[in-house]
Amino acid sequence: MSLQLTLPPQITRLLQHRIFHASPADSVVPPSGHTAWLTSFTAGAMTFLAVFALALSLASGRLAERWAGALDRTATVRIAAASGQIDAQTKAVLAVLATTPGIASARALGDDEQRKLLEPWFGPNLPVESLPLPRLIEVTEDGSGYDAEGLRQRLTAEAPGAVFDDHTRWRKPLATAASRLRLLGWLAIALIGLTMAAMITLAANASLAANAQVIGVLRLVGARDSYIARAFVRRFTLRAFAGAAAGALGGMLGVALLPSADAAGAFMTGLGFHGAGWLLPLVLPPLAGLVAFAATRAAAFRKLRELH
Amino acid sequence: MECVATKSAISKPLSFRNIPLRLVIGAFPGNSRPRLEWGIAVIAFENVAYNYGGGELLSDISLRLAPGSFHFLTGPSGAGKTTFLKLCYAELLPTAGHVTIFDHDVHGLTRDDVAMTRRRIGVVHQDCQFLDHLPLSANIALPLMVAGRAAPQGDLSDLMGWVGLDRLAHSLPPQLSGGERQRAALARAIITGPDVILADEPTGNLDWDMSLRLLTLLVELNRMGKTVVVATHDLNLIRQAKSLTAARVLRIAKRRIQLAGADL
Ligand SMILES: Nc1ncnc2c1ncn2[C@@H]1O[C@H](COP(=O)(O)OP(=O)(O)O)[C@@H](O)[C@H]1O
Ligand SMILES: [Mg+2]
Repeated sequence: MSLQLTLPPQITRLLQHRIFHASPADSVVPPSGHTAWLTSFTAGAMTFLAVFALALSLASGRLAERWAGALDRTATVRIAAASGQIDAQTKAVLAVLATTPGIASARALGDDEQRKLLEPWFGPNLPVESLPLPRLIEVTEDGSGYDAEGLRQRLTAEAPGAVFDDHTRWRKPLATAASRLRLLGWLAIALIGLTMAAMITLAANASLAANAQVIGVLRLVGARDSYIARAFVRRFTLRAFAGAAAGALGGMLGVALLPSADAAGAFMTGLGFHGAGWLLPLVLPPLAGLVAFAATRAAAFRKLRELH
Repeated sequence: MECVATKSAISKPLSFRNIPLRLVIGAFPGNSRPRLEWGIAVIAFENVAYNYGGGELLSDISLRLAPGSFHFLTGPSGAGKTTFLKLCYAELLPTAGHVTIFDHDVHGLTRDDVAMTRRRIGVVHQDCQFLDHLPLSANIALPLMVAGRAAPQGDLSDLMGWVGLDRLAHSLPPQLSGGERQRAALARAIITGPDVILADEPTGNLDWDMSLRLLTLLVELNRMGKTVVVATHDLNLIRQAKSLTAARVLRIAKRRIQLAGADL
């Protein structure tokens, strides 16, 4: 018996010639419902939190700088005495300060300035003159430092109603706390990043394990590890980026809707972004994508070697 | 007559400037003139043994598959046909001896080397596995895709038509019958025009008509110079092939592989 069949020329051509075009494709990995959802959700939630941590960091940074900077070189002397003695004691204090090494200048605040300081609490029409208010003297250091304890003793001797307040008592711990808070904010962002990397690694591992058969087929037809890994990495990176973008927008919206901190303006700078600061949270989604890329790539190559 | 699967050929290879030479006679039907060819063999086994852990399944196997040769592999079920084929495409590494694929010892191949080697070897698995989420046409074109190439759409559908799958191009693999899966696996194995085709019982679930079509495809590939190994129980298929091409029969028995007599 002899065979009559002959192959059509097109098939012969296909088998003989190798004229093909490149086609990138990550469709070789099946869409896997729950790991996809988990990755996007994790990236979204983590980025949402990171936006607040970022806002906290920036705000406490501003606070730390303000307290450590603006008040750095100033102190106050408060003179509380019977109204007849205030002027005399003020003169005495100014004289002491003028001869103290390390003090650049000293200046008694006028009634107008005092009224301004009290305005937030008592309103604009306060009759400062008729109130038994202490007189305030603003002291500016020259930066070389002075003997605070010696100055305090001399002031007590010359003007019994004078109280020297060099701010460091309360300013230093506050400035320290603010910069600690900023550090904690950055630490929180780092922890959030690490947690996201860990969760995405777990999701990627689960996905790789669930697709062992797919990987087997791909290796059988000559796929290199880098090709297989790329299919997973692309997918996880895009999902993490999309989730993070949603999370960042949500976080920014949350920060924007926070009540304005202007009422407490002098003390609080407010949790929020200012001006170009609003661009910072936009860095988070690409960063999340980068974290996902690195985590998935490492997981994929490790798992592929395990899977033979 | 073709010089293959003989121990003497392995022990005394000709060589020219350290490059092994081989005398091939009649490797291509229709061209019986002897010619010299570079390289030892497409796939060579040297004192190979394989052991899954419970005693040796294959022992002391030495043979070489010449470029352009056509071999059938027979033997009782469980004799180790599938295992032999897996050794041929570096899915398994020999527990003793050396397997050389395209002049490279498989023990020295990196993971990337194995991948590149498999692009030159088309395999039809006994349990044909596919990417179940991709349509059949994409599955058949998969070897091209992973190599960064794409098949001209017309040629792909011609090939699918030849193996009787043109109507199923958009079906998902789980929807196919056993025979359809085997035909698809063969189409996938040959789509890149590989140098070697290894088929593990490719006609097990097919009727005679379709078996002949697949055989024609394999014979045609062989005529183009491809090396073909087909594990099968189907004696009719072997007889038919012998009428078309210079096919040889390897038989696994008692852990060894022998060249079966011409009287089969
Ligand atoms: N992964 C494995 N682990 C252990 N034993 C195996 C494995 N694969 C095959 N075997 C055993 O090896 C023997 C040969 O198997 P196989 O090569 O598939 O034979 P054939 O293809 O000739 O039927 C069988 O007895 C089988 O049970
Ligand atoms: Mg078998």
